[in-house]
Amino acid sequence: MIVEVADLRREFVVRRRAGRLRRTRDVVAAVDGVTFSISPGECVGYIGANGAGKSTTIKMLTGILVPTSGTVRVCGLDPVLQRTALARQIGVVFGQRSQLWWDLPLRDSFRLLAAIHRLPASAAQPRLDECVALLEMEPFLDVPVRQLSLGQRMRGEVTAALLHSPELLVLDEPTIGLDLLSKERLRGFLVRERRERGTTVLLTTHDLPDIERLCERILVVDHGRVAFDGTLPALVARVGAERVLVVDLVEPGPALTDVPGTTLRLVEADGLRQHLAFRQEETTAAAVVAAVSARVELRDLAVTEPDIEDVVRRIYES
Amino acid sequence: MSLAAARPAAALAGAGFRRWSTYRQAAVAGVFVNTVFGVIKLSILLAVADSAGGTVAGYDRIGLSTYAWMSQGLIAVVVINAWTELADRIRTGDIAVDLARPVDLQLAWLAADLGRAVWALLSRAIVPILFGAALFGFRVPGNPLVLVLLPVSITLAVVVSFACRFLVNLAAFWLTEIRGLVTFYFLVAGLLGGHLVPVQLFPGWLQTVAYATPFPAIIQWPIDLVTGQATGWAVGGVVAAQLGWAVVLLGLGRLVLSRATRRLVVQGG
Repeated sequence: MIVEVADLRREFVVRRRAGRLRRTRDVVAAVDGVTFSISPGECVGYIGANGAGKSTTIKMLTGILVPTSGTVRVCGLDPVLQRTALARQIGVVFGQRSQLWWDLPLRDSFRLLAAIHRLPASAAQPRLDECVALLEMEPFLDVPVRQLSLGQRMRGEVTAALLHSPELLVLDEPTIGLDLLSKERLRGFLVRERRERGTTVLLTTHDLPDIERLCERILVVDHGRVAFDGTLPALVARVGAERVLVVDLVEPGPALTDVPGTTLRLVEADGLRQHLAFRQEETTAAAVVAAVSARVELRDLAVTEPDIEDVVRRIYES
Repeated sequence: MSLAAARPAAALAGAGFRRWSTYRQAAVAGVFVNTVFGVIKLSILLAVADSAGGTVAGYDRIGLSTYAWMSQGLIAVVVINAWTELADRIRTGDIAVDLARPVDLQLAWLAADLGRAVWALLSRAIVPILFGAALFGFRVPGNPLVLVLLPVSITLAVVVSFACRFLVNLAAFWLTEIRGLVTFYFLVAGLLGGHLVPVQLFPGWLQTVAYATPFPAIIQWPIDLVTGQATGWAVGGVVAAQLGWAVVLLGLGRLVLSRATRRLVVQGG
């Protein structure tokens, strides 16, 4: 096992203003008895709503936060006591924070990280060249990090985390704020990285396509506890995640209550726009579209995928 | 430090140098301000010396000029004010990134600070000192031992200054916001370190207080080597005392850091 977590718990003290001078002091368990393990080579999606305890877990896995109770082993090490040794074996991307040197050209950050990890040039250079080629970073290698776009910087961040070829890559919201093209490029790169090197990946995200592209296993945390541990199809089967077809009609029509395999969720503008929910295992988008256009004249349509918040909420409800 | 640890340290020092050398206009502005303040400071000190009959506390006019311009040049190198980079990273939680690296946090920041100091020496210290020397006079030390030990003393001054600032910044783990503390530190370190007036001009009791703190090791003592206030055995004594402060304060910093990381709360998501 590359990651072993047993009954992990972390409490925080939250102080609130309660009147002019008084403050109340509450103890909140951000992580509340989490147990899981990850085998080498796995890619695990760690998902949950905001405040579910994802980042707190990651901080404890990387040794920068001390657990209140429970045990953590990562790469066979105790993260808090052996933080520096662990840092040589794992790579971390905190999506909201930068590990690059803000004022210096991107290239300098890579050179510095190679020195920090004590990589011989014979190891660092080919690795860097590979990442630069795959993530198309050549045009902005000499630009100071502060002047990079978010998409460019994120490619730099992922490279920075992978330069020393870690056994475990921890990604905390790696695609947050990226446009579709940038997200897809990053996912493709990570898929290749896993295929070529068998790197174990632990990923938190709010983006369901990230999970679909990258992860064969999902851990859902909610209120600091593991609410689900299994594959994506198993998760979808369990919560019955729905896709929604939104149709715009040419003129206001009757409520589409009789389309097979669908449930009418919402009717807007006197029937000009209608939302039909359906389950993937019961029917297809194409069949629903055909059934709808047999009844009314369509002007436009869109299919929305279930989002993670929705999936998590359903787990909590079920 | 082992040889293996020297490579990351050297790389981080280089980065410290290059980071600061990015902002050249800031350096030009800094040189201008330091030079203007040097003229003001020296004018006041010379007025004091004149009213005291030409010399004061062992400083003649050339000695005062040497003191004023050394202190104006050195202050940009050792830095006693406004450095809150580490505290800012603690406050925002970016410290997580630093802690997730396979380097010692204190050594990494020290290396970067030494790199910064080299840049500051070249860009901000030399010009005011040359300007002051040309216009108001400067006493170049004749003792070869001083010439050998001065670079060591200035390096140790930076290390002691860093160790103090590191401790002040670590307070952010407990206080989160340390701007008030930084201002207080600047005033106390500047006064007791001998940046405003030489420590030798203080009344006796205040000298005792000043010499009980590490601040003279940051400013006054390296200048004493140049002005000749430290002679004979005192030359080696100054450097030895600086080394002592460096060891004590860096050790204290490590102790506080280990306390802090044990209770560490990384702010934000």
